[in-house]
Amino acid sequence: MDLNILWFILIVVLFTGFFFLEGFDYGVGGLLPFLSSREEDRGVILRTITPVWDGNEVWMITAGGALFAAFPHVYATMFSAFYLALFLMLVALILRGVAFDLRGRQESLCWRRFWDGAICFGSVVPAFLWGVAVTNLIAGLPINAQMNYMGGFFDLLSLYTIVGGLAFLFVFLFHGAAFLTLRLKDTGLILRCQELAVKIGVAAAIFFVLCMLLTFEHTDLFQSPLAAVALFGAALFFVIALLSMNIGKGKASFILSSLAIVATTVAFFAGLFPRLMVSSLNPAWSLTITNAASTPYTLSVMTVAAGIFVPIVLLYQVWSYYIFRKRVTPKDAEEHY
Amino acid sequence: MEALILSRWQFAITTVYHFLFVPVTLGLSIFVALLETCYVRTKRPQWKKASRQLVRFFGTLFIINFSMGVVTGIVQEFHFGMNWSEYSRFMGDIFGAPLALEALTAFFLESTFLGIWIFGWDKLSEKAHCICIWIVAFASNLSAFWILVANSFMQHPVGYALNNGRAEMTDFFALVTNHYVLGEYSHTLFSAIATAGFLVLAVSAWKVLHDEVSRQAFTQTLKAGAIYMLIGLFATMGSGHMHAQYLAQANPMKLSSVEALWETADPAPFAIVADIDEENHRNNMELTVPGVFSFMLYNSPTGAVKGINQLQQEYAANYGPGEYRPDVTGLFWSFRMMIGIGALMIFLGLVTLYLTWKKRPLACPLLLKALPWLLPLPYLANSFGWYVAEGGRQPWIVVGLQKTADAVSPNLTGTDVWITMIGFTVLYLLLAIAAFWIAIRFVRKTRIAMEGRDA
Repeated sequence: MDLNILWFILIVVLFTGFFFLEGFDYGVGGLLPFLSSREEDRGVILRTITPVWDGNEVWMITAGGALFAAFPHVYATMFSAFYLALFLMLVALILRGVAFDLRGRQESLCWRRFWDGAICFGSVVPAFLWGVAVTNLIAGLPINAQMNYMGGFFDLLSLYTIVGGLAFLFVFLFHGAAFLTLRLKDTGLILRCQELAVKIGVAAAIFFVLCMLLTFEHTDLFQSPLAAVALFGAALFFVIALLSMNIGKGKASFILSSLAIVATTVAFFAGLFPRLMVSSLNPAWSLTITNAASTPYTLSVMTVAAGIFVPIVLLYQVWSYYIFRKRVTPKDAEEHY
Repeated sequence: MEALILSRWQFAITTVYHFLFVPVTLGLSIFVALLETCYVRTKRPQWKKASRQLVRFFGTLFIINFSMGVVTGIVQEFHFGMNWSEYSRFMGDIFGAPLALEALTAFFLESTFLGIWIFGWDKLSEKAHCICIWIVAFASNLSAFWILVANSFMQHPVGYALNNGRAEMTDFFALVTNHYVLGEYSHTLFSAIATAGFLVLAVSAWKVLHDEVSRQAFTQTLKAGAIYMLIGLFATMGSGHMHAQYLAQANPMKLSSVEALWETADPAPFAIVADIDEENHRNNMELTVPGVFSFMLYNSPTGAVKGINQLQQEYAANYGPGEYRPDVTGLFWSFRMMIGIGALMIFLGLVTLYLTWKKRPLACPLLLKALPWLLPLPYLANSFGWYVAEGGRQPWIVVGLQKTADAVSPNLTGTDVWITMIGFTVLYLLLAIAAFWIAIRFVRKTRIAMEGRDA
């Protein structure tokens, strides 16, 4: 197969892994202040993601690195175009990252509430911004013939991209709640998660459908049959996930919300293909898998590396989830360091 | 123009800050792994419990440091695209590969196994748990290798061809085996060991002096820290010397600027101090030792070393008119600060080692009192060292291929970068205070008693 196409697929795989994994840990982080105000519960809720969040975040870092290696022009254009948005995301991710560690190191309630807020902020903001980013890629940005972004920060925000951001955010929150129903031991907390998940799920479904309508209006995504099928599939998966949650089937709900996220990611990238960023000024100025790519030599080096290491990474990450497979109890949460 | 200068400042601030945590991650992960190996293998019952507590103690310091390193590291990865998009376009075919490989081969390993290590004390066997921290140590140091492969290309490009207006990779193997990597990587690794060793030393000194309950346990780590640091320091000296000799061919401009050698000389003297006049490209006053610079480079008292002014002419002839002289004053003094601090650290390490060896750690309370206050030393030396490496690369972003001024993202305004630079700086400052305060409180309140005495 053409290496450029292969790398496009690999990028999709990395983003899919990222949205699936970080989806639930952004979700858990975002829900943290709203599930319980008891310190003991919050410790338990956090403990469901603390051993794995960093490994999940590396999916994003790897996706960024892979973009740089395989499609350097996309990396250059996208990161400079989203400059202030990425700054905001970085601030959020920095606060979130240190919060996981610093939170438990002081007994004071005030200290812990502060970092709970940081975790919530640090999860909600990136979840929203990724939705804005993905919808911007396909809706098109003012990119000139030299592949440089001509707009400013506020050009990234439109009705469509804000709805896109909210759809991502609420789907991730739902995904996180579904994840929690599988990872918590306390029945009361699980019920609370289900209750909240249904409410959030309804909002997510509304935003998702709105986002689909706006996608139809603002982009050419539906011209790709695969993208269209995947997007309708995602909507269907999500609605069934929501209905499952409503009757208390946490596991089915989590699997379906995972499928919805995977299908959404596939839909947007399939809609983009063979482009990675659409230019709203001139279709010919869009960044594609040919005009934005690295040389065949670099791509082949990276293909060998990815072929060896991606499976290994999957193996040990699955193993790490296996180690922490038991539902989390207050006793687990106590032994922080 | 404003965006360029501010982007440079922003990169400098965030990298120097990031690199406060990196060496401790590299060096302390190995130290904790060694300590846990001792814990797993020890047969002495009185040492078993205390050594486990020591692993957790230094492990906690490692984790606090690690999380700061991780979050500030993401900023660095994003930076190339955000502020240096022209650089990313020009260099992406080469530079992206080691970055992606760093994430793929090292970051995944490091983060996944650290998670298992932190939360898996009761879920894994002792041996399996110990293997996890060794994997973390290996992966951290592997990530340093990849990023230095990338950096070495900027210092000394190899394995590439210029096509289609950009640098394209022609030989991945040449990139990885770039001789420059050897010097940079060994110097970074060993100085990281020295930095972590000094941290162990400073913390242990405080505990030995102020915490009677924990005195016995921390006397052990005082000695271990001194040995660890000294190994790192002597190896750093060796690798630095080797690298300087290599620089004579690879980047003579950097080398001569570090020594403020304006005119070609044979034999070349070593200046201990100099009053540098950058405007007139000469030293107004200097105190030199004849022949030493030549000796350092060629192991013989003679041998010509090209001066900055001659190199400037050569570069202008090669690359067109322009200023190719880096910040000579800054480089000259940074280098001397680095060396001076290194020497002071060796002295402190030797004295501590002697006292602990004689089993009289309290014989010199002044030393124990001073060590915690001297903790900034290795951090300063590291920062000065990086100033020499990166300041000495200017005006190039990739030596001979692209200038820093041509690398900045064209769409950024000064206001954009002002916002982010101030934002990062303030956030970093607040986080540093929080993390430092937490670490100090943790060190103060954690007590590790050893039951019984070692025979």
